[in-house]
Amino acid sequence: MLTVSGLTKRFGGFIALNKVSFEVIEGEILGLIGPNGSGKTTAFNCISGALATSEGSIRFQGEEIVGMTPDAICHRGLARTFQIPRPFRKLSILENVAVAAHFGATVRTSEAEARHRAVEVLGLVGLPADPEADPTLLGAGGLKKLELARALATRPKLLLADESLGGLDPTEMASAADMLRRVRGELGVTIVWVEHIMATLMRVVDRVVVLDHGEKIAEGPPAAIAEDPRVIEAYLGEKVVLA
Amino acid sequence: MTTGRVLAALVLAALGVAPFVPMGGMGEYVIFVMVQVFIWSFIGNAWSLMGRFGLVSLGHGAFLGVGAYTTTLLWNFYGLTPWVGVIVAMAAAVVLALVVAYPCSRFGIVGHYFGLVTLAVGEVIRLLLIAERDWTGGSLGLTLKTAGDASFYAVQYADKRVFYYGAFVVWLLGLWVWHRLDRSMARAAMEAIGEDETAAASVGIHVSRFKLAITSLSAALTAFGGVVYAQYIAYVNPETLAGVGVSLRIVFAVVLGGMYSLLGPTVGTALTISLSEYLRVKFGVHFIGMAETIYGLILVVFIIFLPSGIYGSLRGLLVRRTPARA
Ligand SMILES: Nc1ncnc2c1ncn2[C@@H]1O[C@H](COP(=O)(O)OP(=O)(O)O)[C@@H](O)[C@H]1O
Ligand SMILES: [Mg+2]
Repeated sequence: MLTVSGLTKRFGGFIALNKVSFEVIEGEILGLIGPNGSGKTTAFNCISGALATSEGSIRFQGEEIVGMTPDAICHRGLARTFQIPRPFRKLSILENVAVAAHFGATVRTSEAEARHRAVEVLGLVGLPADPEADPTLLGAGGLKKLELARALATRPKLLLADESLGGLDPTEMASAADMLRRVRGELGVTIVWVEHIMATLMRVVDRVVVLDHGEKIAEGPPAAIAEDPRVIEAYLGEKVVLA
Repeated sequence: MTTGRVLAALVLAALGVAPFVPMGGMGEYVIFVMVQVFIWSFIGNAWSLMGRFGLVSLGHGAFLGVGAYTTTLLWNFYGLTPWVGVIVAMAAAVVLALVVAYPCSRFGIVGHYFGLVTLAVGEVIRLLLIAERDWTGGSLGLTLKTAGDASFYAVQYADKRVFYYGAFVVWLLGLWVWHRLDRSMARAAMEAIGEDETAAASVGIHVSRFKLAITSLSAALTAFGGVVYAQYIAYVNPETLAGVGVSLRIVFAVVLGGMYSLLGPTVGTALTISLSEYLRVKFGVHFIGMAETIYGLILVVFIIFLPSGIYGSLRGLLVRRTPARA
């Protein structure tokens, strides 16, 4: 469904991504992991059009999307969340999601339908659909849910979820992992999940791609990846996250 | 809300009969001031359509000038009725708005830089109007060719009550546009863009299209206001209808009243016009520069202490958002 080939991103002289290639298969949950600064968020930024790709090709459902604007990519059914939540603070929680449902949807959605859709999605992620509720009063967990709700409101076919669990406690984390599984199961959304904390991720994903210093160092089923010496080495000193 | 509606109905009724209330010798003067308030409130309102989303233009005089001079020149030189001229005027303002806004949007010129660019555009239009003196009368301005005491075709009426009701309707129209926008998803999209363009684009909002659309709407309405003003005064002048002076006066009034509420621009305009009329009557025309200085000082105080303006702040005290539970 998504084919990334030879993706390279330079910031000045610094190479954040170096000829990264991977494929996302329709219906799967793909884990994209790697130590801090390995280029995971940068990869999402290139795929979603937020950053200009330096080199390489990204094909979504057979169509080249390099060079497209983020809104055009969103309309094609590719949505993303932000690692550091970026709510629209002047809008209510409901409006945050409704605006995404109205403008970002893959199918034409009227304002009334968009509000309806927003209530539905907020229910799914477990946020209040009170039309006045203010996003600035949400905690870290709530903001992550809002990110997810906003992305899902656009009815994506592929969701890029960036470290959706950072800042959550273990129970919240488990239920959030459960939620991604439900998103795939009930909404039929294919997911690429970037997660720093590997333990939770490994129980949910079908396959894993590992980045280190902007290069792909491994790819495979979770069990094999957890044993892979290159992955263990990349994460050396960060063993805790493997546990 | 019902008390609000009753109050609004009473105010509208009072405004509706005002021209027929006997006010001694003051009647004509009161009507004159109120027409000014209606027209400039409408223009302030048009400005706030952009301003409230962080698109702070310091050059709306450009659109006023383009609007007012387009109909006036078309009438004086070609005898074209302002009813058609106003459409040409608004179209011309939209073209100018796009010429300015497109590169700004394309190259990410926002915030203070956007303000400076628009400031310059307002000045350029003023200087152009002065330079093209064969057509425009230069800095002396231009008087509309008269078409008798009452002409629908020329939109000229000796009886200023006609303009009172015209301006009243125009003002209401401006409020209606503001309200419609405020209720729509377009408002939410513009708020989103104003806060975080990257996040807005990522949920499918076409950032540059929205910016250009709201700028065009604001410019067209401002040009419309300029046309109404020119028809009313029957005289156009580069100083009153273009350039930094008038552009900043629009901004002062809106910031004073509050740009995030429906009636903010009206309250601010009523206050600034009252202030300059008071100073004019009290100290005479020589002292008129004083009003500008006072606006400047008030503006600074407001931006620091009351960013949502007098009306906006009062309203904010009454309406509070309920907190989220999550
Ligand atoms: N906009 C940017 N400008 C310059 N360097 C950046 C930018 N974004 C990311 N980087 C750098 O690229 C590298 C990869 O970052 P990132 O993709 O955020 O890593 P990850 O998400 O895997 O933790 C880091 O070294 C980071 O400092
Ligand atoms: Mg990251």
